[in-house]
Amino acid sequence: MIKRIFSILLVALVFFAIFMTLATDVPFGEDRTGVSSRYIYEGVNETGAVNLVTAIVVNYRGFDTLGEVTVLFVAATGIGAILYNRSHPVKKRSKTEASLIVRTGSDILFPIMLLFGAYIFVHGHLTPGGGFQGGAIIATAFVFKYVADTRYSIDHAKFTVTESIVGMTFALIGILGLIIGGFFLFNFLPNGSPAELLSAGIIPIIYVAIGIKVGAEITGIIDNMMGVQQ
Amino acid sequence: MIAVAISFLIAIMVIFAAYAVHTNDLMYAVVATMAVSLIVSILFYVLQAPDVAMAEAAIGAGISTAVFVIAIKKTERYEHD
Repeated sequence: MIKRIFSILLVALVFFAIFMTLATDVPFGEDRTGVSSRYIYEGVNETGAVNLVTAIVVNYRGFDTLGEVTVLFVAATGIGAILYNRSHPVKKRSKTEASLIVRTGSDILFPIMLLFGAYIFVHGHLTPGGGFQGGAIIATAFVFKYVADTRYSIDHAKFTVTESIVGMTFALIGILGLIIGGFFLFNFLPNGSPAELLSAGIIPIIYVAIGIKVGAEITGIIDNMMGVQQ
Repeated sequence: MIAVAISFLIAIMVIFAAYAVHTNDLMYAVVATMAVSLIVSILFYVLQAPDVAMAEAAIGAGISTAVFVIAIKKTERYEHD
């Protein structure tokens, strides 16, 4: 026990020493490249998005976001390949039903949570939040349904089709930008006036696509895990 | 004042994380991990990163907890030495 505590302390001390020697030389919060000041001062003019984080994630670094969405897609596909169970919609998942309070509460909260998730990804370019956050909230609403109803199950085919269509929308907008403007994910729609719902060019379309895609993928993961037999 | 509050939150976070590693009951460990995610999301909000705070609260405290609980329900709840 003493040996263990001693080794933990030693590792902590070594890391502290390395961190202190390295970090004291680096000036904290200083703009070394000029990229961040460009984003801060020109971001609203160039992209039309008031939320600077969304302007960077979807417009300046849109290609990275496509990669991120692909990572999530591959993860969901892998989980589906391992855990997908054809026979589960017929069976009850649990012996005991949920109580009346849980069932009624989930029935009331389900549409409200769907609406809230949709609000977050539709307003991704105006307020904090965006496709990933809104999609996760939509998936949480479906988790509620699974908890409350032991027979509830999503229609897998419809979810897969939806996910594929919105995923292709993202790639098609990118290719359309390549045709019109000369590079991938070029913003070919007008920026509009800032802080309006229909502004910022292609950002709202892409964030709606990402929101629906993330929601469908995470719900698919939950459904696959729920269907596993013990 | 705000520095004291942040230090307090970080101290609680470290305690929860250590408990999650130490306990044998995996359900308690999942709840402790969720508490860590929740405190991290509060800290992100205090540090003026509401986008990240929202992602951490929705994914870290919401979805991943649900996934862990489902996995524990389908397998075993207690860790054996």
